[in-house]
Amino acid sequence: MLAVVGTVPDPEFPLISGEVELRGGNILLDGRSVPVNRGTPALLAAACKVLEYLGHPKPFGYLVGDVGLGKGSRLLYEYLTEHLGRTHFDTIAFHYLQPDVDWHNRVLFAVEDMPRRPLLIADAGFMYAAKMSGQAPSYDLFTPDVGELAFLADETAPHPFYTRGFILHEENRVPELAARAYRHDNASRYLLVKGLRDYVFDRNGILAVVDHPVSEPMEAIGGTGDTLTGIVAAFASTGMELDRAAAVAARVNRLAGHYAHPTPATQITDIIVCIPLALESVFRSEASEGGQVRGIHG
Amino acid sequence: MFSFFKGKKRKTSTSHDGRDRGILVFEHTSEVIRAEKVLKRAAWPIRVMGPPPEVRSGCDLVIEFPLIEKLNIVRTLRLEGISPLDAVPVSSPLLQPVDIFQVKDLGKYLMVRAANMKITVDRETSIIVNVSGGGCPDVPYLAARMVGKSLAEAPAPNEIGHTLCGYALHLAYEEMKRRCLP
Repeated sequence: MLAVVGTVPDPEFPLISGEVELRGGNILLDGRSVPVNRGTPALLAAACKVLEYLGHPKPFGYLVGDVGLGKGSRLLYEYLTEHLGRTHFDTIAFHYLQPDVDWHNRVLFAVEDMPRRPLLIADAGFMYAAKMSGQAPSYDLFTPDVGELAFLADETAPHPFYTRGFILHEENRVPELAARAYRHDNASRYLLVKGLRDYVFDRNGILAVVDHPVSEPMEAIGGTGDTLTGIVAAFASTGMELDRAAAVAARVNRLAGHYAHPTPATQITDIIVCIPLALESVFRSEASEGGQVRGIHG
Repeated sequence: MFSFFKGKKRKTSTSHDGRDRGILVFEHTSEVIRAEKVLKRAAWPIRVMGPPPEVRSGCDLVIEFPLIEKLNIVRTLRLEGISPLDAVPVSSPLLQPVDIFQVKDLGKYLMVRAANMKITVDRETSIIVNVSGGGCPDVPYLAARMVGKSLAEAPAPNEIGHTLCGYALHLAYEEMKRRCLP
C-alpha cells in the first residue's frame, strides 16, 4: 500500500489520516474534502487515478494544514515519529512539508522501526530536508526539477534559494548536475529529473530519457511535478521496478499533459482527468511492442 | 531631522571583508521580509542573506547590516513591532541568495523563474495564470491566492508568504512586474 505524507494550504485544517478517494475535483479523506489544486492533493489525485486503473487499493494519506509557518508540519512530523514504526506500507512518498532537518531525522528513525522497510520517495520540502540531513542515500527516489537538481548538486546549499551561481540550472547540464549530486552523496538511489526532457539516473549515470511528447507549457503549469511524483509512487507501490516505474511515469505524465492540449494557463485538474487515457495508451503500446514503452530511450 | 538621518544612513560605508557587518536573526522568514521592508524604506544599507553555519537559531534568512548602526537599526525595527532574536557580528561568509532570473517567452505568456519558483502571466491582461515550482508549504497557498488575479491586484508574495520559496516567488513576481507593468 502507498502512503503519502504532506500538507494542504489551509491553516485551520487538522492533522488527519486515512484512505484517500478522488471524487470530481476533490480528494476525500477522513470525512473531509480537499480541492485538488496543486501540492499534495494533486499528488494524491494522480496516485488515485493510477491505482484505480491498475485495480490496487486506494492510497493512504497523512495530511495537515500548513501555509508556511511550519506549525502543521511539526505536528505531522511528531505524529509520524509516534506511529510510522507500526505501519506496513510498501511505499511512502513524502512531499510538501516545512523542511526541518531534526524532525526529518526523527521520521527516518521511525521508518527504521517498521517491520519491513518501505520504498522511500521524497519530493518538495521533504526532499530539501533529506538532502540537508546528509541522508539522501537512504532514499530510493527523489523527483527534482532542474532547479532542484542544481540544489542537490550544490553540496553547500541548504535550500534551492542558495544554489551557487556557478552551478547553473540549465537543461543541457542535467547529467553533469546529477553526477555531482551523486559524487557528494546528495542523491537518492534513483533520480527522476523532470524538465523539457525527463531523465532517470542512478549512481552510474543515465538509465532512461523520456522526451516525447513535448509540451512546452507544462513547465509553467503548477502541479505537473506533483502528479509525476504521484504516478511514480503509485507504480512503485504495486511492485513495479523503481527505475522502470520512473520512466513509465514520466511518459504517462507527458501524455496526460499532451491530451489536455495545454497552454501556460492550463490548471492541473485538466491534466489529472487525462491520466487514465495516458495509462491506457502507454500500456497498450507496451503490450504491442514487446514490453517496450514508446518514447523512452535507454 | 528625518532627512538628516536618511542622508547619514546612506553614507554608511562598509569594508569588503565583512568585519564591520552584522546579522539580524529572526524566528520566521515572514519577520525577515517585514524587517527588510521597514529597513529599506528607511534607506539603511542592508541585504537579505543566508545564515552562516554557526547560527543555530532562527529561520533560513538573515539581514546583513552595518554593525556600527546596530542600536539605531534595532530601534527602528522595535518601533514597528519587530524584534530580532539576535544581532551578532558576521564571523564567516554568508550564503548569497540566487540573483539570476530566467525568463521564457511562451508567446502570449511570459514565465519568470527565480531559484526554484516560476510565475507565468498573460501579457495582454497581466493576469497571473500559473505559479509553479517550489517545495515549501506556502507555495500551494500562494498559488491559490495569486492565480487568476492581475499583477496589480494580486497579493505580493512577501505579504502573505513565510518561507524561502515564498521569498523566491516574490523576486520572480517583482521581476515580472518590472517587465509587464508600466
